[in-house]
Amino acid sequence: MESEPLERGAQGTQAPVIEPGYTISTVTDKISSIVLAQRRRPGWFLGFAASFFLLLVLLYAVTVLFAIGVGIWGVGIPVGWGFAIVSFVWWIGIGHAGTLISAILLLLHQKWRTSINRTAEAMTIFAVLCAGMFPLLHLGRPWLFYWLFPYPNTMWYWPQFRSPLVWDVFAVTTYLTVSLLFWFVGLIPDLATLRDRARTRAKQIIYGFLAMGWRGSAVHWKRYEMASLLLAGLATPLVVSVHTVVSFDFAIAILPGWHTTIFPPYFVAGAIYSGFAMVLCLAIPLRKFYGLEDFITMRHLNNMGKIMLATGLIVAYGYMMEAFMAFYSADIFERYETLNRMAGPYAAAYWSLIAFNVVIPQSLWSRRVRTSVPALFAVALVINCAMWLERFVIIVISLHRDFVPSIWRMYGPTIWDWMTLFGSLGLFLTLLYLFIRYLPMISIFEMRSLVSETQGETR
Amino acid sequence: MAQVFHHSTNLISRLTIYGFFVFIIVAGFIPYWIDGSPYVTEANVPKVQPVPFSHRHHTTELGIDCRYCHTSVEESSFAGLPPTETCMTCHSQIWKNSPILEPVRESFRSDRSIQWVRVNALPQFVYFNHSIHINKGIGCTTCHGPIGEMPLTWAENSLKMSWCLECHRHPENNVRPRDQVFSVSYQPPANQAELGKKLVKEYNIYSLTECYTCHR
Repeated sequence: MESEPLERGAQGTQAPVIEPGYTISTVTDKISSIVLAQRRRPGWFLGFAASFFLLLVLLYAVTVLFAIGVGIWGVGIPVGWGFAIVSFVWWIGIGHAGTLISAILLLLHQKWRTSINRTAEAMTIFAVLCAGMFPLLHLGRPWLFYWLFPYPNTMWYWPQFRSPLVWDVFAVTTYLTVSLLFWFVGLIPDLATLRDRARTRAKQIIYGFLAMGWRGSAVHWKRYEMASLLLAGLATPLVVSVHTVVSFDFAIAILPGWHTTIFPPYFVAGAIYSGFAMVLCLAIPLRKFYGLEDFITMRHLNNMGKIMLATGLIVAYGYMMEAFMAFYSADIFERYETLNRMAGPYAAAYWSLIAFNVVIPQSLWSRRVRTSVPALFAVALVINCAMWLERFVIIVISLHRDFVPSIWRMYGPTIWDWMTLFGSLGLFLTLLYLFIRYLPMISIFEMRSLVSETQGETR
Repeated sequence: MAQVFHHSTNLISRLTIYGFFVFIIVAGFIPYWIDGSPYVTEANVPKVQPVPFSHRHHTTELGIDCRYCHTSVEESSFAGLPPTETCMTCHSQIWKNSPILEPVRESFRSDRSIQWVRVNALPQFVYFNHSIHINKGIGCTTCHGPIGEMPLTWAENSLKMSWCLECHRHPENNVRPRDQVFSVSYQPPANQAELGKKLVKEYNIYSLTECYTCHR
């Protein structure tokens, strides 16, 4: 026991995972009151209305798309994959932080995950929903999307299992299912808390229905622990596999700029990078507006900053290796592709990507940046934009000039592309606003156990 | 606080959970059954025609060859629908006052085709050629069913892709000697498995299941 004070001393220099002074009941009150209190929050309504407006923009853009066809977008030959696939990869990447936080950090016993995992998981699910929409929208005949599944059909037809696009369907649907289950199982004890604290009959019935008869008996907890460990074990490989499969969409093709073995690890790192950037972008305003600074402390922000720095360096290494391998391969098409990125018509996109994704995040080495909320928010926002740009660079610049110069064309988005992109943000934010209004955004029961675990530290 | 739900609702929740998996499986197969059923495909549903033409009478009973009317079946993708003149070769002499044949005579007088109702309709995105099937030893009745027993004509098969593939994957199950192609009473012999393999080899039949075989 001699070493323990030393360790504590070392930890003492860090901010705590929960500010001192909370008891089990005050934690419960604070989090559940956000959902159950009758107090009107004009800020919530304003934000929800703005998001809902964007959602309607999406609805309009998609309706016109279905009525007229993909011709309203900027895509054509050779750039057949425009904004839709750029946004698909972007959203699916964002959806990676949730599972990483809830599954891998759970298995690694990282206590600081507790107050951010619920929101991160919700973010994951909403991001995967946004992502899943885009490949369907970009189909020529979107109403036949179910052909991607092996369902009993009178054509005796199977999906083309040799195509990574079909692997994508399985990877993404599996990921969505497991994330959804994981999120829901984690919610059950909290839903029971809400059921018990709800005062109106309707709320009791709805939360009670969702709580599935949870009474908090020892048997329930035992099963809960088992289920969440199993799901965490299931979800852990998915964190790596989903974006690996997404990267195969590109790496399996022979196009210069896509046909690269570095893609799977580099895509996974990029996904976690953008995922944590999005968690920060959401957690910082949430803790401010709902007064949750005591639960989502500087320790969390600092740690997420460090993870962004680490994954950002892997991504930077990926950029470096792409350029190096193009040079080292001595393949004229690969070399031209890299030169075209750096000095071609889309060079501005490439260099902004390098500035936003490689140069600016280096500021995270500084402890002052990592512990400054506005600076961290700004860096996270920049990274989110840069990760979108990265996919634009990979997809559009590689496609617009490939082997045969006679089919080289420039690509430009139309108003419908922009409306769909920002509309998907509307979908994401609308779901998020509903989530923070109707479900506890921080896991109540995990915070309770954190309170008792950290009492020794905080006294 | 009292329980929100009575404990009998436990049964409902269990049923919902297990029922969900049953539902997923059943829900997958219901459209399959509907899509393959005669309700959608109109297989085995006799069509009402302007003239109640009987294939049974003309083939089995009178012994007219298929090619007497469907003249282009050996050379063309389309088997050919006989012009009214073909009918009139006989019916200008026999049953020439039959009221039931009045639409035929009317068509002949006015030089306007009889508006037959299509029995076997293939979608436009499917390329199909009669002549290759005939020349490789696939009989008329293999696809069109017991046409020699049809008083009014119906489509014997669904024409679903699954049905096409059944034979394209295993042509040896259906191939017959070339001289039996136009027989309306041909029954596969007991040694079809053996004979089929032999004929497939002899007629150079390949199992063509590439997409572009039919979707060109």
